[in-house]
Amino acid sequence: MTRDPIGFALSAMNRLAGLPLLDRLGVRKPVERLAYQGTRVGFQTLTVANREFKRARDLFPRKRLPARRPGDLFDLNLDDDQQMIVDSLRRFASDVLRPNAAECDENAALPHDIEHQAQALGLSLYAVPAEFGGVAENLSPVTSVLIAEQLAWGDLGLAQALLAPFSVAQAVTRWGTAEQQSTYLPAFCEDQPPVATIAIDEPVPLFDPMSLSTRATRHGDDFTLNGLKSGVVRAGDSDLYLVAAELDGEGPRLFLIERGTDGLAFEAEPAMGLRAAGTGRIRLDNVRLPASALLGDEDFNYSTFIDRGVLLRCGLAVGCAQAVQDYVIPYANEREAFGEPISHRQSVAFMISDMAIEIESMRLLTWRAASRAETGRTYHREACLARLLCSEKAMEVGTNGVQLLGGHGFVKEHPVERWYRDLRSTATLFGGTHA
Amino acid sequence: MMNLEIPRKFTPLINQAQQVAREVFRPISRKYDRAEHDYPRELDMFASIMDGMNEGSGDGGAGAGSLARAGDENGSGNRNGTNMKTVLGLTELCWGDVGLALSIPRQGLGNSAIAAVANEEQLARLGNTWAAMAITEPGAGSDSASIRTTATQDGDDYIINGEKIYVTAGERADAVVVWASLDRSQGRAAIKSFVVEKGTPGMSVERLEKKLGIRASDTAAIRFDNCRVPAANLLGDPEISVDKGFAGAMQTFDNTRPVVAGMAIGIARAALDQTYALLEKYDQPLTYRAQTWTQTAAERELQRLEAEWDAARLLTLKAAWMADNGLPNSREASMAKAKAGRVGNQVTLRCVELCGSLGYSEVELLEKWARDSKILDIFEGTQQIQLLIIARRLLGKSSAELK
Repeated sequence: MTRDPIGFALSAMNRLAGLPLLDRLGVRKPVERLAYQGTRVGFQTLTVANREFKRARDLFPRKRLPARRPGDLFDLNLDDDQQMIVDSLRRFASDVLRPNAAECDENAALPHDIEHQAQALGLSLYAVPAEFGGVAENLSPVTSVLIAEQLAWGDLGLAQALLAPFSVAQAVTRWGTAEQQSTYLPAFCEDQPPVATIAIDEPVPLFDPMSLSTRATRHGDDFTLNGLKSGVVRAGDSDLYLVAAELDGEGPRLFLIERGTDGLAFEAEPAMGLRAAGTGRIRLDNVRLPASALLGDEDFNYSTFIDRGVLLRCGLAVGCAQAVQDYVIPYANEREAFGEPISHRQSVAFMISDMAIEIESMRLLTWRAASRAETGRTYHREACLARLLCSEKAMEVGTNGVQLLGGHGFVKEHPVERWYRDLRSTATLFGGTHA
Repeated sequence: MMNLEIPRKFTPLINQAQQVAREVFRPISRKYDRAEHDYPRELDMFASIMDGMNEGSGDGGAGAGSLARAGDENGSGNRNGTNMKTVLGLTELCWGDVGLALSIPRQGLGNSAIAAVANEEQLARLGNTWAAMAITEPGAGSDSASIRTTATQDGDDYIINGEKIYVTAGERADAVVVWASLDRSQGRAAIKSFVVEKGTPGMSVERLEKKLGIRASDTAAIRFDNCRVPAANLLGDPEISVDKGFAGAMQTFDNTRPVVAGMAIGIARAALDQTYALLEKYDQPLTYRAQTWTQTAAERELQRLEAEWDAARLLTLKAAWMADNGLPNSREASMAKAKAGRVGNQVTLRCVELCGSLGYSEVELLEKWARDSKILDIFEGTQQIQLLIIARRLLGKSSAELK
């Protein structure tokens, strides 16, 4: 589009408004200054290593968790372990996550005490086999999905932040070589497990995880990575990054990159939602990695890796959507208009019925895909169907949640505006999750 | 342990029903769509086979005749029983033809009502009768509490007066289960159901409707003019009771709604399968992708339809599973019916659209399925009635509060 004179004038005014001089003169209001500086810091190198991963000297043999034996009957009952996990996480979500969610969203950060409380629940242990210090005995995508559902009921942004390290542990358990498992998995079972994340998305429209711009090239046994990742959960405070890159025409692969590696830089990238998850960009500028950084070996399957991520993201969407439903029901019963509760009107009541139908649809599609994965059956089709349905319906639930509260839904006094922003992420992100 | 797959023990039943759909229904599907009101004679022989199937094995056949009574099964733990079996069987039959599936002798929804509310004596006497269901009247459809048909006690008999419309299989069935009020001043609590056998003096079929779809199924208007039925034909408790009366009659729907949802799933599957077959013929394969924006519009739409279809199917299986396990499933039954009703209609209509003039023409059955599917979003409670039921349950509202 060409600029006319008015366009030039507006553009000049914009640049003027952006000048730091205004700040020094004290013209700009403090709030504006904060917002301004937040976006102008630029890329920072991730040089300070919080944690060192010890190279394992004694390698355990590579471990692959066995699939569970499929049941004979159609069954929606949770087993005792799953029920216990669901119950305790529901308490954690309602006692800890929900009351702090608004503040964490506002501050765009996961507070240390919430992280420590979540670590005390030992979530990562469910991702790690016993040999490496965890408690996992079987593939357990169903349990992962149930965990995501409960945490996201408390808050989707916080759940995403807490589940990024869990997801990396899942990925190393599922795909890692003996050396990778021995190096990284024991750390996830310590009292203070490492912060870790998965970087897949890139800042292009119609982004397709199967077609990546980030490149990895081989140099003898080593690799060099170049590219830009966006929407990376906990981009700034992770100790370990699992980064997707196209490997020399061999298709997409994932690379384990430790904090402090030369050429790795990050920039905060606050988004519409998931603010508590601290999303950011990761820039890879000639990042040199040893052969051992390449996740997995001959049994690695990138498409399945993406499907596993899809399962957990769908679980997150179901949990947050359920939070919306559980919030609008009492609201519609208590809010009165024209002398009676608004829930007495079909136009309101039917929106809530549809919400319940679609959330249950999301849940059953997700559970089916996860249970197929857990029992060693194919689940690519089912994961794709769950993702598409969850992408569509989660946002429908989010937007109707706000609509049902009217003007009250639009202000931060109620959480539905946050859920609206968070639920949009279901369709836009691929990284940060692995069931 | 969580498992959302169809249990293997139902494979023989599904295969059997699929054979029927493919070999019996499909070849005559168009014939009886064109020859509305002609009796599909092919079904008589098939019905005998069906009876044999039902009696032959513990897990029975595919019809709706033996629905409910799930609580009678012994033992605890997870059960996959009659309700799921019936849903699965009718899904397959309706993959063949909904109108014909509704015309199978002795498998009608009236039989479900008998199975659900009849006492042991009635079950033994009427269990093998082909029974249609007569609820709707010219002045009362979804609002079934305001029906005007009356039943007046006279000695050991009841005398029924009124007019019923939209009685599926009303002309062909051996009997009709009629909803009538014992005392119109006492509202819904006074509504009871009566089995009226064909040929009872005073009962007459007034006309057969000409319809948008399911033309193979006869839809009758029936008049009751001082029609005398024995008191023993009143199903369930003859007392007018606010607690049990109408609610009891409505409970039948908790079992039949998932079955109608299953019908919608079957017809939608038929449309999707045929669309794929046509696409393959013209070299347009479907792949599933996590990022659907990089697919063609047609591929994305098909993936979306598959997702909606599977959601409807799983909601239906859940509702049936709950019934099999004795769990209250009124809300879930309505969720399944609402979702499957609208998805079945959307899928069949979209498949016609995707196949263009080919889909629209009578060369293919796609256009027929798109007409047939509409009724599944209407009968056994319209889409809107299901939403009302779900909303009342979710919001804890009575029918007086949320009208």
